[in-house]
Amino acid sequence: MDIADKFRGLKEKGEIALIAYISCGDPSADETVKIAGELIRAGVDILELGLPFSDPIADGPTIQAASQRAIEAGMDTDKYFETAKRITGVPKVCMTYYNLLYQYGLERFCKRCGEAGISGLIVADLPFEESGDLMSTCEKSGVDLIFIISPVNSEERIKKIAGQSKGFLYLQSLLGVTGAREEMQFKLNEILAKAKQYSKVPVATGFGISKPGQIKELMGQGVDGVIIGSAIIKKARDDRRGLGGYVRSLKAATAR
Amino acid sequence: MEAVNQLAEAYEKFKDDPSFKKELAGLLKDYAGRPTALTYCDRLSEKYGPKIYLKREDLAHTGAHKINNALGQALLAKYMGKKRLIAETGAGQHGVATATAGAKLGLETEVYMGTIDMERQKLNVFRMRLMGAKVNPVESGSKTLKDAINEAMRDWVASFQDTHYLLGSVLGPHPYPMMVRDFQSVIGREARKQILEREGKLPAAIVACVGGGSNAMGIFNEFLGDKDVRLIGVEAGGKGIKSGEHAARFADEKLGKKGILHGNYTYVLQDKFGQIYNTHSVSAGLDYSAVGPEHSMLRDMKRTEYSYATDDEALEAVKTLSEKEGILPALESAHAVAHALKIADQFDKDDILVINLSGRGDKDVNTIIRELGYEE
Repeated sequence: MDIADKFRGLKEKGEIALIAYISCGDPSADETVKIAGELIRAGVDILELGLPFSDPIADGPTIQAASQRAIEAGMDTDKYFETAKRITGVPKVCMTYYNLLYQYGLERFCKRCGEAGISGLIVADLPFEESGDLMSTCEKSGVDLIFIISPVNSEERIKKIAGQSKGFLYLQSLLGVTGAREEMQFKLNEILAKAKQYSKVPVATGFGISKPGQIKELMGQGVDGVIIGSAIIKKARDDRRGLGGYVRSLKAATAR
Repeated sequence: MEAVNQLAEAYEKFKDDPSFKKELAGLLKDYAGRPTALTYCDRLSEKYGPKIYLKREDLAHTGAHKINNALGQALLAKYMGKKRLIAETGAGQHGVATATAGAKLGLETEVYMGTIDMERQKLNVFRMRLMGAKVNPVESGSKTLKDAINEAMRDWVASFQDTHYLLGSVLGPHPYPMMVRDFQSVIGREARKQILEREGKLPAAIVACVGGGSNAMGIFNEFLGDKDVRLIGVEAGGKGIKSGEHAARFADEKLGKKGILHGNYTYVLQDKFGQIYNTHSVSAGLDYSAVGPEHSMLRDMKRTEYSYATDDEALEAVKTLSEKEGILPALESAHAVAHALKIADQFDKDDILVINLSGRGDKDVNTIIRELGYEE
């Protein structure tokens, strides 16, 4: 399913996108498929399925631990695509680190994305300046290469990156790594305005978000989607029965 | 990217700045105790054949070559207006050097260290704390150097506006590999001058241990143009290459492949999917999955060569150097000593072999006692 269509449909309904991240293979491939199903039934609009890497430098403790559990349980790139294929109903985005793509082969990786119904790709440790090869490979394979911008990027750099992002533009809400922050104040007005000015695609924000109130606040500031990872992984682990209700409360906050 | 771009710009701006250069030269001379000695090992030479010299980085302040880079980067941080230093450390020598430079230059210092390394290099943990640095234990992954780098990078992306990441080896994104090499190249400049004064000719070979590879780049750099000087890097062979428990990125053709880790493209120990392999070495400072990218390039160009020494060989070399020359080397540096002695018979009596003795072994005494089974 197409990411652009999804955002368009939501916009018509006056909603923003709820994008959920989980780590594929945590605690097992089968459980990942089940958890993904629950998330989708509870209203998640786009699923970011992490391909776990041994050294996830952009991630905080929750996703680090999830990645480690997944790798220890045997997740690898081949199994990742098999697992992803079993998840249907919403657009899927692969989030990972560059060495895994590099070792698999960029073309082969993108081709497998297509076969598994993955429509977007985020590479957390690939600087925009080094992404030429992947950009052209993604273009050929019809996979949206999604770029990340951070609150400290210069206007010049935002202009360069935002114009090239496909699917959506990932706006990092804060400096640092992923992970839920309790008392988070998001003031994105300035950076969001710049991102929206230069981006040809919707702008979704992530890092630190865990509460419906935070979503409302970000929606008020004009984001087109919110990305929630660590908080969902925590909930799935600590209170699996409460997961659906929690996600429904997040989704409810995305409607005007 | 903003962080490394800002650093690259600052380094370009200050590296040739007369007042920066003068201040750094003063620190290296009057504080770190440079130049370090070049010691002739008469007893070893007699026993093994060629003339064996040691470049005595163990005599630099804090006991290892790491101080050269720490002072350079800490001073740069000061020129950049940063208030805080962060660093990763494996053996603890780089952490100690950073804590020292931070104390000397009045910068707040925090060091990330894997909990396995904290245990095996306890003495250095105390030294860092004594100098006012905060030591942050790293529990993730293999709990060693690689994970300490991950954690320092995670800190830096959030803190770089007032914090400098004082990376300790010729690793990571540009400008680190180049900048760290430049700050360490004082080793080779001194060694070249010293050997020419003493012997009137260049060495046949220079041998240095390679974890990330900063002491090796530091001594190799000045000799890269001297084609007749063999430059030999020694990796940690751990329990042997076949065992899979080692940190020999070049020697293990199955696990050591080019890849991307910590922002550089280099040889990395990894599985076929690209998951980074956890290494083993008796020496914390060589226990790392990737090697500095310039080493990879020089090896591909065939300008440098690499081999390895196992844990046991390194421990044996600690004994030999202590007994024959009265010098206790760091376990890291002992890998270079072990390999140099192993290949000594390839050289003539008049040939000169220079070993970069990157650090002293006081920090390793507990490990050495345990591994060699010395009784009270």
